[in-house]
Amino acid sequence: MSTSTLTRPVPPVAPPKRRRRNTGPNGGGRDAWLLVLPALIPVVLFSVYPLMQGILLGFTDSKAGLNAVVSFNGLENYARLAGNELFWNSFRIGLVWAFGVTALQFLASLGLALLLNLDLKFRGVARTLALVPWAMPPVVIAIMWRLMLNPSYGPINEAMRTVGFPGDINWLGSFSTALPAVIVVGVWAGMPQTTITLLAGLQNVPAELHEAAAIDGAGVLHRFWHVTLPALRPIIVAITTLDLIWNFNSFALVFVLTAGGPGGQTMLPMLFAYNEAFRYGEFGYAAAMGNVMVIVISVFLFLYLRGQARSRLS
Amino acid sequence: MRQTTTTAAPMASGFAARRIGRPLQYVALACYVVFLGFPLLFLLLTAFKSSQELLSPNPTFLPESWNFDNFAGAIDKANLIRAATNSLIVAVLTTIIVTLISLPAAYALARFRTKLRTIATGWILLSQVFPFILIIIPLFLVLKQIGLINNLLGLVLVYTVWSLPFALWMLQGYVAGIPVELEEAGAMDGGSRLLILRRIVLPLLAPGLVATSLFTFIGSWNEFFFALVLIQDPKLQTLPLTLARFVGAEGQVQLGQLAAASLLATIPSLVFFAIIQRRLTSGLLSGAVKG
Repeated sequence: MSTSTLTRPVPPVAPPKRRRRNTGPNGGGRDAWLLVLPALIPVVLFSVYPLMQGILLGFTDSKAGLNAVVSFNGLENYARLAGNELFWNSFRIGLVWAFGVTALQFLASLGLALLLNLDLKFRGVARTLALVPWAMPPVVIAIMWRLMLNPSYGPINEAMRTVGFPGDINWLGSFSTALPAVIVVGVWAGMPQTTITLLAGLQNVPAELHEAAAIDGAGVLHRFWHVTLPALRPIIVAITTLDLIWNFNSFALVFVLTAGGPGGQTMLPMLFAYNEAFRYGEFGYAAAMGNVMVIVISVFLFLYLRGQARSRLS
Repeated sequence: MRQTTTTAAPMASGFAARRIGRPLQYVALACYVVFLGFPLLFLLLTAFKSSQELLSPNPTFLPESWNFDNFAGAIDKANLIRAATNSLIVAVLTTIIVTLISLPAAYALARFRTKLRTIATGWILLSQVFPFILIIIPLFLVLKQIGLINNLLGLVLVYTVWSLPFALWMLQGYVAGIPVELEEAGAMDGGSRLLILRRIVLPLLAPGLVATSLFTFIGSWNEFFFALVLIQDPKLQTLPLTLARFVGAEGQVQLGQLAAASLLATIPSLVFFAIIQRRLTSGLLSGAVKG
């Protein structure tokens, strides 16, 4: 579920090993369905069904308004999208954002997880701090960073002035800095899940492997590269995949930070589609964008996961 | 989280490496603490600064005098109480409903080997890939038809459906962690299934149930996108909506109030998160990663 809009929990990285299951005295199958039914009905009615409908809407000319007649218009929406430069631009920004945040998040989180896995003092403080963004509403995170990046009052400009740089940069308001600034905020907001998942993975790397490598004379870096990283690989693939999807579909953070501005420089695809749907009432068109987003993200995931599977085999 | 000794001390490559390594590690850790903690500290300090102070050309880091005007002002101006009440209603109802319907389903998923399990897992993963725009438009149309737009119940419905898959997944993990043997022993002693569930499973499941429901609560309390689309009436706005609107109207003078309101809105989920933190990081993952 949980969507990038509800708070995102750490994903279960691998399904728990099956325990011995009691199939029950009377078959179990029917019992199971009965127990699942109260959960199944709302999910089918209010998420599977609307999702199917949403995909279909992408092939219609549906618009907001009470009595609008909806008719299928085939691929017309997609032809329109193909010619819409703003849309392509938004897609490019979305990909830069998603890959940028995911990559930086991964590196930052891996570093932090490695530190937290050492026997350092104060690591409790760092661990708690690393978890806090998880509990904060994305809207509050955005507000907080608007304060941080505020051109006149914000401490970042203040610090730059102290060091002697021109400290009057409008981080979120100028063309060149808006997207990088937003990406930094995205990294901050998404670190908890990634860090905790990687830390859990690190703690499961068998110590014997390290000891064996150390006896063979491998240095710290060498062991990290040849022991830790390969052992972590499945977890790294899982969490970066999820991060990529979440980031590509994220909305609230950037909506509050910049609302897509300045001049569309941070107009993520989700914001673009939201505007089309609920500002201009172009339901069919917006749904078509959603469909394109699904396809694009699926293609990237497919390539990424296949690449990972291949290099594991070789 | 538990610090296991598995990889805690891989630094066997001699004293030299350690002597250089340790300080560097502390420097790196300090950088992380600043990066993660400074924005929080700054938000906290801003909330206590007076408007004159915020306007001053030479701002000081600490507030000159700690005052609570911003909190009072924010509560007053932004209708924080009303928004918090709306958020509370939605989050509590969602949590209750999700817990009630996911409990039996989680039990079934964990204990019976059926196709349901595969389908449920598939759906959880699949539902991540689809952007919300695809689901919100038809949902908006449906809810409009049955009069649940601009209605907190409509929001509860949407949150319930979207919290369910993950709540289910978490809960079934906790159920799977309860040894089946306990139930079998109960059955041997002649207990009915219902009695076994109530006397044996439920008490053991309680911590997991608490964690799952708090998680659902935080999710609904923090949620923004669905609320933005489904609630237009200012009287029905939830906290994130109210805060986001407040942002648009921010002048230099309002920064303090904005910070104060943000802090207040974060407190409930922070408190709840502190309660489940340990369980989330160790419990959930020990089930998920180690198997």
